[in-house]
Amino acid sequence: MTGRWLRERLVLVLGILVLLYTFVPIAVVVLMSFNAPASRNVYRFDAFTLDNWLNPCTDPSMCDAVRRSVEIGLLATVVATILGTLAAFALVRHDFVGRSATNLLIFLPMAAPEIVMGSSLLALFVAAGFSGQLGFWTILIAHIMFCLSFVVVTVRARLAGMDDTLEQAAMDLYATPAQTFWRVTFPLVFPGILGAALLSFSLSFDDFIITNLNAGTTTTFPMYVWGVAQRGVPMQVNVIGTLMFAISIAIVLGSELNNRRRSKALA
Amino acid sequence: MSQVAEAPKSEGGTDPGGDPSYDGLRLRQVTKSFGAFTAVDSLDLDIPRGSFFALLGPSGCGKTTTLRMVAGLETPTSGTITLAGEDITYAKPYRRPVNTVFQSYALFPHLDIFENVAFGLRRRKSKDVTSQVNEMLDLVELGNQARKKPAQLSGGQQQRVALARALINKPEVLLLDEPLGALDLKLRRSMQIELKRIQTEVGLTFVHVTHDQEEAMTMADTVAVMNRGVIEQMGAPSVLYENPRSTFVANFLGQSNLIEGNVTGRAADVVTVDMHGIAVSVPTERTHVDGERGWVGIRPEKVLIGELGESLDAPGNTIPGGVITDVSFYGVSTQYLVRMPWGQELTVFQQNTGRSKLFGQGEQVELSWRPEYAFLLDHSQDASAGAQRGADE
Amino acid sequence: MSETVRKRGRLGYLLLFPALAWLGLFFVVPLYSLVATSLFDPAGSDFRGYTMSWAWGNYSDALHEYWQPLLRSIVYGGIATALCLVLGYVLAYAIAFKAGRWKNVMLVLVIAPFFTSFLIRTLSWKLILADDGVIVNSLQFLHVLGSDGRLLATPVAVIAGLTYNFLPFMVLPLYASLDKIDHRLIEASGDLYAHPAIGFFKVTWPLSLPGVVSGTLLTFIPAAGDFINVQLLGSPNQRMVGSVIQSLFTDANNYPAAASLSMILMVLIVAMVVVYVRRAGTEDLL
Repeated sequence: MTGRWLRERLVLVLGILVLLYTFVPIAVVVLMSFNAPASRNVYRFDAFTLDNWLNPCTDPSMCDAVRRSVEIGLLATVVATILGTLAAFALVRHDFVGRSATNLLIFLPMAAPEIVMGSSLLALFVAAGFSGQLGFWTILIAHIMFCLSFVVVTVRARLAGMDDTLEQAAMDLYATPAQTFWRVTFPLVFPGILGAALLSFSLSFDDFIITNLNAGTTTTFPMYVWGVAQRGVPMQVNVIGTLMFAISIAIVLGSELNNRRRSKALA
Repeated sequence: MSQVAEAPKSEGGTDPGGDPSYDGLRLRQVTKSFGAFTAVDSLDLDIPRGSFFALLGPSGCGKTTTLRMVAGLETPTSGTITLAGEDITYAKPYRRPVNTVFQSYALFPHLDIFENVAFGLRRRKSKDVTSQVNEMLDLVELGNQARKKPAQLSGGQQQRVALARALINKPEVLLLDEPLGALDLKLRRSMQIELKRIQTEVGLTFVHVTHDQEEAMTMADTVAVMNRGVIEQMGAPSVLYENPRSTFVANFLGQSNLIEGNVTGRAADVVTVDMHGIAVSVPTERTHVDGERGWVGIRPEKVLIGELGESLDAPGNTIPGGVITDVSFYGVSTQYLVRMPWGQELTVFQQNTGRSKLFGQGEQVELSWRPEYAFLLDHSQDASAGAQRGADE
Repeated sequence: MSETVRKRGRLGYLLLFPALAWLGLFFVVPLYSLVATSLFDPAGSDFRGYTMSWAWGNYSDALHEYWQPLLRSIVYGGIATALCLVLGYVLAYAIAFKAGRWKNVMLVLVIAPFFTSFLIRTLSWKLILADDGVIVNSLQFLHVLGSDGRLLATPVAVIAGLTYNFLPFMVLPLYASLDKIDHRLIEASGDLYAHPAIGFFKVTWPLSLPGVVSGTLLTFIPAAGDFINVQLLGSPNQRMVGSVIQSLFTDANNYPAAASLSMILMVLIVAMVVVYVRRAGTEDLL
């Protein structure tokens, strides 16, 4: 009896164990954000404190790096989302020569190893004589490049899943092409665009390999973490890590609750 | 193999031609090709104002393409479409007084029922949207659902929203693209009655595209049967059913027995046909043959079945020598398959009036029918064209 | 008639142009300059400039000097991918078939930890696997590890880190293809085959192959190119090709060598992907 119960749920139990395993490092991050380390060189939990949360910018260079990462993330997200959305519309709604080459060009950056993309961009910047100007702008260019494909793919999936008779219906109901776009197409595609933007931001904010090669002396947050990892990690890094986790969970939960509320109204 | 049917003059009483005063919907020589494939071929069609018109045909026959050209969602390759005398062939869909009920309903999922119905009015900056929408929602009995989203309604309710959303604009022509196709049989029947009631109430021209012959016949006052991009025959449902002019119509609209025969004599009002050695007669106005050979057609319910030598109430055509090969008892009627001396199996429906006996398999029977129910079709046509329950598959 | 009608005309090109131009300028052209750089005279430097000398020797030099990190990348990446496949399959199977109404919640939970910075997560593993940490202590207690045995600075830690960090790249495609399988097929296999395991290998596994292929590719490619895990959890003894390329570029400023090594890595990965996809018989995947 119990053997059967267990066998039927074995996969689920194992799956939940795997899921728990993925949260172990997160638990450590949250825990360490409340840590008062005895020494900067020993990375372990010593005593509970709220100091790290109350004074996150004890090391001002960390907060500078976070700010820079946010700036780059926002800018890269805006540009990549706009360009990627336009391209997704073209791919789904328009006919053009060279469709398969275009699809390949969009797929490749997602499949290529980051180290190859990063080093080839660096090779270009060096060859073009920009090796002295590496920094904010070269990072931004790189981030837009690798976010673009993800935006195109995400928005394209949303668009392709959309019933195009809805637009025909709008036209049939006296909506001009512009009205059709803004009143029907855009609102329906918007969740996809929003999802793509969130994905872009988190990709950009978290990138290290490509950024590191093209950053010059500019420091983003992952580069800051990389730097301090060799010397001794300030506990405030864990505050940022916890915040990133909490914010993304809040966004996901918020949209899930919104969906639930909508489907509740159904009943 | 199928000839272009000219629009019959009998329906609606209007005369065809380039008359600009014609107030209905008129298609002239409309052709639509997709690459090498011709979906609609030189179509001529007159749909009088205020009529309930059905475009009936199997999938891929061009009926939906025709509808989409009228809606402006497809541009004809050649030909003209006029509505109330105005040429709308190339008018944008949002500039023509035509609205469509889509097969998938195409309700806007992000707008509630009220806004869905109000959509067309708002685009045209109409006044008192609220009262008009409420009135329309009452007509389709959805007044209390106004603030729900389409996904929260049942299929039948969604269908009524789609109808209301189109009707509220009081279009010259309302196009219905298989609007009941997604509903289950029971709901479909009640919606058919509902649609008919609404059409009578608002008095608009309805053009209804369907592949369901029963739906077309029960709802429309004129049915056009379409096949391979052309109209095979057009007219009142009863005319089409009783006097089909092609094997396609004979088979697609109901069922028909088609028996090979040779014309042996032509009198003023009757044509005599030799059908495997048996002489039968067909009224002249029901013969549609070019040569000497043809298909004698008779509907299964028009065939009487009796024992050998039994005198049946059908003077004229008697065909002896049948053997019953299959009996299906339906309750209201019985369907017999009867093998004839020449090897063909004919279908016979017998009403369960209680006055005739039930035959069993293997029994010898005699068939007969009144000459005025028979029709004669051209032999060049495929006898199984349009058969839905055919043995092709 | 309801298939999407794609509009012809200039607008399509106009919409496509900015994105394609960006990718062309900052993805394709760089690949070209990477090839060019890999053939520059290795004697050049940032200050003196580089000259194109068609130095194919850069490639053999790079292979000769760095074949070990290259091999290590492929072995570590391969092992991590295999481990991801096992863990990811269990998780994806549980979500697709056993989670019921918790499906969406579990999917969100799969992705959630990975919104925290990659580097911070890896640093956490450094703490978890530390020499005086719980795991090392218990392994020592069980005599799996010797009393001075450790996990950090060993291939075990590097592979563990890679496995952890790229797990979602495996779970999501696996889930997508498992979720598409008709549940009745699996039930039917329960009737046909005596043992559920046989049913699994005859029905579920073959149907999930597209997910397996794309999941392993999405995991293997970044894992083989990664150097963060080696750098934070390993030691120079576990150096992978990514760290070599990165330090040749940023520390040694030896661009031709770095570029040729980068090219070798890419060609190797592309070749393996092609062979693998051919073998798996799902060419339409890409």
